[in-house]
Amino acid sequence: MLNVLQPVKNFFVTVKFLTKGSKWYYGWLAFLLFFIVFGIISYIRQLDQGMILTHMRDQVSWGMYISNFTFLVGVAAAAVLLVIPAYLYNFKPIKEIVLFGEMLAITAIVMCLLFIMADLGRPDRAWHILPIIGAMNFPNSLLAWDVVVLNGYLTINTIVVFYVLYRLSLGKEYKMSIIWPLVVLSIPWAISIHTVTAFLYNGLSARPFWNASILAPRFIASALCSGPALMLVIFQIIRKVSDIEIADTAIFKIAELIAYAMGINLFLFFAEVFKEFYSGSVHLAPMEYLYFGLHGHSNMVIWMWLALIFNITAFILFLRPKTRENYFTLNLACTLIILGVYIEKGMGLIVPGFIPSTLGEIYEYSPSAVEKSITIGIWAAGAMVFTLLLKFALPVYTGKLRFKTGSE
Amino acid sequence: MDKKNKNNIIQKPCSRRTFLKGATAGLASLALPAGNADASVWEAFFQKHFKEMDDDEIQSVIKRLQKEYADNYGVNFNIKNTKPLEGTLFGYGLDLSRCIGCRRCVYACVKENNQSVQPQIHWITVLRFKKGEKYVSNFEESEAYYAPKEVPEEGHFYMPIQCQQCENPPCVKVCPTQATWKERDGIVVVDYNWCIGCRYCMAACPYGARHFNWGKPNRSREEYNTETHYLGNRPRYKGVVEKCTFCIQRTREGKYPACVEICPVGARKFGNLLDPNSEIRYCIENKRVFRLKEDLNTSPKFYYFFAD
Ligand code: SF4
Ligand code: SF4
Repeated sequence: MLNVLQPVKNFFVTVKFLTKGSKWYYGWLAFLLFFIVFGIISYIRQLDQGMILTHMRDQVSWGMYISNFTFLVGVAAAAVLLVIPAYLYNFKPIKEIVLFGEMLAITAIVMCLLFIMADLGRPDRAWHILPIIGAMNFPNSLLAWDVVVLNGYLTINTIVVFYVLYRLSLGKEYKMSIIWPLVVLSIPWAISIHTVTAFLYNGLSARPFWNASILAPRFIASALCSGPALMLVIFQIIRKVSDIEIADTAIFKIAELIAYAMGINLFLFFAEVFKEFYSGSVHLAPMEYLYFGLHGHSNMVIWMWLALIFNITAFILFLRPKTRENYFTLNLACTLIILGVYIEKGMGLIVPGFIPSTLGEIYEYSPSAVEKSITIGIWAAGAMVFTLLLKFALPVYTGKLRFKTGSE
Repeated sequence: MDKKNKNNIIQKPCSRRTFLKGATAGLASLALPAGNADASVWEAFFQKHFKEMDDDEIQSVIKRLQKEYADNYGVNFNIKNTKPLEGTLFGYGLDLSRCIGCRRCVYACVKENNQSVQPQIHWITVLRFKKGEKYVSNFEESEAYYAPKEVPEEGHFYMPIQCQQCENPPCVKVCPTQATWKERDGIVVVDYNWCIGCRYCMAACPYGARHFNWGKPNRSREEYNTETHYLGNRPRYKGVVEKCTFCIQRTREGKYPACVEICPVGARKFGNLLDPNSEIRYCIENKRVFRLKEDLNTSPKFYYFFAD
């Protein structure tokens, strides 16, 4: 007979399970909690005194929060790079780890939403953006679209992950007939969260730096580098700290895919550089600001060149089978790509959209202490979410954690 | 008028919200000590979009706001809700050959429209150009923070820029919550009680015309202009966007905007574009006219001209 209380019981078993762990586990959680609390305190200060505590101003009205948001949308979308080979091509080694990719996507979207909340002047009114109860400006505003696609993507991935884990925790195989439609949906959806986020900037004719049709493709290409690179690092950690097997072939396959994505990314980058510098119109200004400085303002220059060097080096390392199948150079390349894309798709994309401003002013933005601590806090929160997801998923995956079914 | 604008009118009923309101208010009454202050906090939280409210609802909101303002600023405000006049489409003209860059308009605007003084918000930016520099297409050659002993300065000319009240406003298009819209008389307004402060409109405006309250808006008590309009110069909040409204509180009553009135050289013109006998129509038809960033197709209702 089905016991209705069983799921409730299972829930408490899970909670109890999540709070139990080794010294290292507690240490790690405490470490994260420290930064989360730190971030929350800064956020409360920002709520209290206003966004004046950030270094954003009318001239540069989006900064570090939106930069991180943009980067993380890319990380979230990168799960497709696992989903496609896993489900469409049934590539065994990746199929075994696709779940972790989807969990990373969930984490990234949660972080995206946190960054948006951190960026709102009036977070208490966030419900105004919702359909029906609010006054969502759909389909006119791309931000409304973004709300729809991001939450949709979060929902799809959450359902898939929890359905699979749920079945496994009962010791049953999951039904492909349930997973399949969701997976098929999630592939274009992942591309769409990216495209919509790119269009968010792309659609503004007031900002020539963003108003280039190459923006969305470049966006996707770079996301398909940074997201999987992050996954590769995480997979190796998972492999170290748990008894999950992750095949080398899976890792090398992903590395190969990153190489292609990076190749495309660099090509699109050079296409853009050519168009801007060869034609040399007034719209060149933001590019000039980024790579050479403008009217003596050159805060970003060093970062942009670093990012470029990182990306090219990583590309070469990923391209050669020898270096991509050596864990030292592989990890080096992953780190370089994560940093490179973080700089390029974060600050390097958002800030120059505002420099020079629409009235020609150059306001050099660099994040304030409050912005930095909130940002670190949100990253710590993301790490916490991912850790807890893993903490639950790993033993379920290896069969160590099993619930009793109500019918037993 | 045009279909696009109809889109921006909210059609949905709000039964769901009323439900939410009931549910949350119920919870709130458990959590919060009952009292007038708390009630108004919740009322403010659940306040509807301006265009969703009927006249009575607006009046009761205005009452609440007046009380709130009186408590906060110690000043009694008159908040009007004058509707657009029929057959009116406001247009603005600025004679570049006359402007001397004195920025009296900037300060008249601050005074009239209750902008925050600390931190400082200006709705009008006056750019200074060296004569012979290229302008209009490249504002980088301009200077917004010039500080001369005396104006006009030899070898310079000036170009004031403020909200262009675009016929086709990108700021309205991008706003995710419909907190900003174009009124029938062409004035683009913001509902300060509905804006979530996402600042998307600031990214979209090609004229740097939108300003954000980065901190709590402040000015001294005696300096408040108490004659206000709901969609215009009433006191603002921290964390919301604001902009020039062609002095909606004055122009809908048949007066000139404050910047027009103050300009010592008469460089500023204002009037009804639909009235063939208005001064603004005369200027547009008889002078050399241009508008800013025409290539973006925003169709400003702000006309720059040279007196010939
Ligand atoms: S000038 Fe800017 S703020 Fe004014 S209507 Fe046009 S886009 Fe909107
Ligand atoms: S800042 Fe306010 S008015 Fe501007 S787009 Fe966001 S919600 Fe709309």
